[in-house]
Amino acid sequence: MSSDRNPKVPQAMDPATLRAKLAQENGKRFWQSLEELSETKEYREFLENEFPHDPEKDPQGLNRRDVLKLAAASAALAGLSACTKLPTQRIVPYVKAPEEIVAGKPLFYATSMPLAGVASGLLVESHMGRPTKIEGNPEHPGSLGGTDVFAQAATLGLYDPDRSQTVVFQGRISSWGAFLTAMGNEKAAMSADGHGLRILTDTVTSPALAAQIAAILKKLPAAKWHQYEPCGRDNAREGARLAFGKPVNTVYRMDQADVIVSLDADFVSSGPGHVRYAREFSSRRVIEARNANLNRLYVVESMPSSTGAVADHRKPLRAGDIEAFARELAAATGVGGTTGGAAGSKIPADWTGAVAKDLAAHRGSSLVIAGEEQPPAVHALAHAINAALGNLGKTVYYTDPLEANPVNEMESLRDLVNDINAGNVDLLFMLGGNNPVYDAPVDFDFGPALLKVKTRVHSGLYYDETAELCHWHVPAAHFLEAWGDARAFDGTIGVIQPLIQPLYDGHSAYEIIGVLAGDAGKSGHAVVQEYWKSVRPEKDKAFDAYWERSLHDGLMAGTALPAISVVVRGDIAQQVQNTPGEQLQIAFRPDPTVFDGRFANNGWLQELPKPNTKLTWDNAAMLSPATARRLALVDGDYVKLQLAGHETKAGVVIVPGHADNVVTLHLGYGRRRAGSVGTGPGFNANFIRTSNAPWIASGLKIEKTGDKYYFAVTQHQYVIDQEGHQVEKEGVEAARRDLIRIATLEEFRKDPNFAKDPHEEATKGLTLYPGFKSEGYAWGLAIDLNKCVGCNACVVACQAENNIPVVGKEQVMKGRAMHWIRVDTYFRGNIDNPETYYEPVLCMHCENAPCEVVCPVGATVHSPEGLNEMVYNRCVGTRYCSNNCPYKVRRFNFLLYSDYTTPSLFGMRNPNVTVRSRGVMEKCTYCVQRINAAKINSEEQNREVRDGEIVTACQGACPAEAIIFGNINDPNSRVAKWKAQSRNYGLLDDLNTRPRTTYLARVLNPNPEIHG
Amino acid sequence: MDPEGSQTPIEATSAHPIIEPGYTLGTVTDKISSIVLGRGTSKGWIFGFAIAFSLLMLLNFTVGYLLIKGVGIWGINIPVGWGFAIVNFVWWIGIGHAGTLISAILLLLRQQWRTSINRFAEAMTLFAVACAGMFPLLHMGRPWLFFWLMPYPNPMWLWPQFRSPLVWDVFAVSTYATVSLLFWFVGLVPDLATLRDRARNRAAKVVYGILAMGWRGSAVHWSRYETASILLAGLATPLVVSVHTVVSFDFSVAQVAGWHTTIFPPYFVAGAIYSGFAMVMTLSIPIRKFYNLEDFITMRHLGNMAKVMLATGLIVAYGYMMETFMAFYSGNPFDRFLIINRMTGPYAFFYWLLIACNIVIPQIMWLRSVRNNVAILFVISLIVNVGMWLERFVIVVISLHRDFLPSSWGMYYPTRWDWATYVGTIGLFLTLLFLFIRFLPVISIYEMRSLVEETDEEKPKK
Repeated sequence: MSSDRNPKVPQAMDPATLRAKLAQENGKRFWQSLEELSETKEYREFLENEFPHDPEKDPQGLNRRDVLKLAAASAALAGLSACTKLPTQRIVPYVKAPEEIVAGKPLFYATSMPLAGVASGLLVESHMGRPTKIEGNPEHPGSLGGTDVFAQAATLGLYDPDRSQTVVFQGRISSWGAFLTAMGNEKAAMSADGHGLRILTDTVTSPALAAQIAAILKKLPAAKWHQYEPCGRDNAREGARLAFGKPVNTVYRMDQADVIVSLDADFVSSGPGHVRYAREFSSRRVIEARNANLNRLYVVESMPSSTGAVADHRKPLRAGDIEAFARELAAATGVGGTTGGAAGSKIPADWTGAVAKDLAAHRGSSLVIAGEEQPPAVHALAHAINAALGNLGKTVYYTDPLEANPVNEMESLRDLVNDINAGNVDLLFMLGGNNPVYDAPVDFDFGPALLKVKTRVHSGLYYDETAELCHWHVPAAHFLEAWGDARAFDGTIGVIQPLIQPLYDGHSAYEIIGVLAGDAGKSGHAVVQEYWKSVRPEKDKAFDAYWERSLHDGLMAGTALPAISVVVRGDIAQQVQNTPGEQLQIAFRPDPTVFDGRFANNGWLQELPKPNTKLTWDNAAMLSPATARRLALVDGDYVKLQLAGHETKAGVVIVPGHADNVVTLHLGYGRRRAGSVGTGPGFNANFIRTSNAPWIASGLKIEKTGDKYYFAVTQHQYVIDQEGHQVEKEGVEAARRDLIRIATLEEFRKDPNFAKDPHEEATKGLTLYPGFKSEGYAWGLAIDLNKCVGCNACVVACQAENNIPVVGKEQVMKGRAMHWIRVDTYFRGNIDNPETYYEPVLCMHCENAPCEVVCPVGATVHSPEGLNEMVYNRCVGTRYCSNNCPYKVRRFNFLLYSDYTTPSLFGMRNPNVTVRSRGVMEKCTYCVQRINAAKINSEEQNREVRDGEIVTACQGACPAEAIIFGNINDPNSRVAKWKAQSRNYGLLDDLNTRPRTTYLARVLNPNPEIHG
Repeated sequence: MDPEGSQTPIEATSAHPIIEPGYTLGTVTDKISSIVLGRGTSKGWIFGFAIAFSLLMLLNFTVGYLLIKGVGIWGINIPVGWGFAIVNFVWWIGIGHAGTLISAILLLLRQQWRTSINRFAEAMTLFAVACAGMFPLLHMGRPWLFFWLMPYPNPMWLWPQFRSPLVWDVFAVSTYATVSLLFWFVGLVPDLATLRDRARNRAAKVVYGILAMGWRGSAVHWSRYETASILLAGLATPLVVSVHTVVSFDFSVAQVAGWHTTIFPPYFVAGAIYSGFAMVMTLSIPIRKFYNLEDFITMRHLGNMAKVMLATGLIVAYGYMMETFMAFYSGNPFDRFLIINRMTGPYAFFYWLLIACNIVIPQIMWLRSVRNNVAILFVISLIVNVGMWLERFVIVVISLHRDFLPSSWGMYYPTRWDWATYVGTIGLFLTLLFLFIRFLPVISIYEMRSLVEETDEEKPKK
């Protein structure tokens, strides 16, 4: 801590204002200081100084403050569970079992998960009425069976013990009934035209909810509806408006594209439809023969992303310079009226020329995608380029917007704040998990403004920063416990059907808005079903059948939005803006794991290593090695970031391949009131995020504080020393060890066996022992590195399926993360723009398993089907097996990591997987519980397990279909066919471990005209 | 003791005698037994014991905390699954080697100079093995299930997994501890009888009397005693080699680069003797000073121990050299990387410190003047103790922290609990040693008496 710190409490807003504010609140709200009430910037700074991030904290263990915090948290939790204790009830076993439920057999129900308004289709596994695991819905166009990390982590979100559990009025426990009465009074007091009523929602694509709101607005014409989403799609909407004069929804057909150019778009892991796009993209990376028809991906991006990692050509470019590059590309591809512009983008002209030539050579089968965070101009240019290349209707098509009422959300929120400040808002409803006190742009000063509203109603999953400042807080129902509807990326309506009764006093947005609409007490189910009954052409019985089918399928057939024809306006060239100067920029991004902060309290996502950086539990000021050198920064420096008079602090992480002269800061961290997991970690980017430049801002100043910040990183790829020289240890060693085998398409055609090592083949016969004859099933797994996009869905899926505990930041720093599967990331080449390779590593289930011979008690043994099994009961915890495992896939319970005390988490656990206690080794089992379930099933039916009947959790979650599991003794199984491919190789095969998990080598498809 | 008389006169080989002249059977007995019976409890002893006992209490505390929380209180992780616990285990068990070597092998080889140091060398062995034995138990994730490593009849018919070197360890270490204890106790019986006879205090008479097991010093007793000693020596001799060989298998059987090498057994045994003699030296120098035993533990003894250390130190050096050579000669990229990482990686400082402590600095013992300087010998013995600890650290931690997949590389930082456990076992060791010095004869009285007799035959009394 700096010595010049001034502990004086800063000046609050003037007493008169505060008094007025308190008067409005009837003096009932609890508050600690005037500064807290007004939430001024100075107060935040004061808080930061008094309760800093503790950058010097001893990374080796708990300090005093942590102990107190934990003690307080557990005490609070104990109190909470006492609050919600149900009256003693006698339970009676089923006399007649409910239909369909067979004890021990899971059921699957289709539902949808809305995220930023866009739904992805899910199948949820339910054990005796408890949702435990989420899979993709193969019928759903946005999923096709794959999922992303957010969907996989949703079960923990449901059972999160920190969720808000009761209706709260002015900080005290209240009830839904009291809320209804109070709202009745509010409505009675309201003027007839609804003056002073405001509704703030997140992006609404739900037709039923939109109809409800429309009905309210019709009845109360002076009321207003605002939408705001911190990671909203304003840029895409405005870009469409620029290009076509109206907002449209853009849908890509990635599988139709031979050449793809991404302008800072991370389409494989974020944005609407990314799960589908990852599938379509990977389907064009399949190599089964020499004449494979691979697509080619060019990526120009600021922050290294998964999309950049799977690109054939990647260029780092400052976020603010992408526009200039887009203009150059537009000029080179013949978009009328565009020129390269004066400043230029620093991308060599011959590179741009080669890309343009490649695009032009694939008219109608090429695709240019603009990143969500890029300004409208880039979106408009991408539309124009696609139009010029004749791609419209082929690799990209347009539909009407997904949103029921597309607005510029930033302006919508600005209107609201202006209205509040003008004293026009008396009753404010905030729905859909909105948390604007935390995530509204800093220049709106939303917190202080909010206090001017007479009656504030908030609904959300957590009693968060915004709930704290509201009179009424109504717990929101999780999507797994509520009815609803939402559109997928292509407009298909996904039905949200509950898997469980609300665990707490939760109510969905439909029910809460129903209070205003005058149908209070109507269930969400009734609202949604009645809406669709009224709009669907099917009537009566036909509707019932349609509804049934929709529930079964998880989507309403035939509701995808039809393609519309659009014309690109001719004056695009005039619309584009200027390039920024050479000032240091900052680019804000939704976080790859906690998104905009809504998942901050989800331990699985917090502990999930972010792609490329492998950072957990924090966001960071990320910058390139060259920029770090220029600014004399090293990894872990704790810095002040100043932007337009605002300031926040962050730790520095140097990211190889990051664009120069720009800092990337992820949103969603630095939460002040998120729960016992989410409160604290990381740095609040919203403190310097303004409404004028919510994504890319120039003029950033970085100032060192002299402190250090310790990050929890699970893989240290590059060790960058004090002088800023990089030591490329891991990448170089990985190459030397032949861990990742790569060829270009051309090389592959010349030598399809490039991935084979003759030495490895030779050693296989060298043994004194007769080999084990593997009869019957022989389980094996293969991973196609050419398809893997490094999205991490497998990691969270495995965690959810196998009851893997969360260990916390300190334990991750010590090297004790528990993930059974990890996505190893290696870099090759120049540190300023390295090639990035992903390699998911799980237990290899070696036929000659080194772990088995060294276990003194036989706690890890081989099954006749080739599984390397862990017997938890027998394990005494010598850790010898882990030492002897060359793949280091074994995980040890160094402490008691599993939560044995929080009741709400019990329901989440997979009943078929042991919860491991302290002192026991664990590791990937190939999801042995799924294997056995399938075997029992097949034996009942007197047949063999069919290929594809067993899907491991990682395989099921993979949006790219990069993982395949099955019986390698069956030559017709898909896994056997994959393993028979020439690209198949085993990791560290020369150790004669004979891994059952093998890899298909990666084949790149570079443009021969581009060198280096 | 040597009826064939093939031995050359002792004085002829060295400038220093193995016992200073001027002692009679009676004065030898008086001098040694007075440490236990005559002097009472000195302030120095209380001071030293207090420190040792506090450290023992620290061990109690840390072990208690460890059992409550789990091994996660240490710095171990994935990839470094073994840390201080195994380093300390190997270190202590290595130290324990000198005792058996001195008492068994040197007895069989009729090296008379061993007489005055063998008693406490054996005691030290026992105490070191006790310290060593704690670690494999404590380092387990679930230490209360340690007995699963032993074959015992049980209804599930579950046996240990006999292919695992950890099971071999259980047998090797427990056998070693048993034989060492027996050997030590059998050697003590005549001296316990002496103490019984000389004790004036009733309680001491009873306790020593029980422990002396009715020894009356008859010719039959002596004859059986001699037979038992020789037999036990014969039994213990292979153990000197086997224990550390088996301990080395813990590493060499695994396939981790830096562990998987055939040179480990001989090089571990040599290292064990090296560190054992260093520890005997570390202990004997202060003991002879504080209890005025310079006449019994002479410069001859110290010089001989220095020579043994030089010899075993060179074997160890050869081991290091061969390890490095083979890493490059074998062409195994993992071995090659390991050696380079040892020498230049994040733990390089400890590797070079090890080379300095174990190889470079001890070479000054080639000088006779150094071998005659008690202070320098004491410092060197401490340095070698540190060096041998570092050797185990280098083997265990450096080999593990960067192994096959670079993605899983990590670092190991010991925590305060690692240190507390280590220091705590030193406390246990010293506590036992202080008790031993206070209540048992540190030097074998009867063997010294026979030594006086033998030397008397050849030289006239002063």
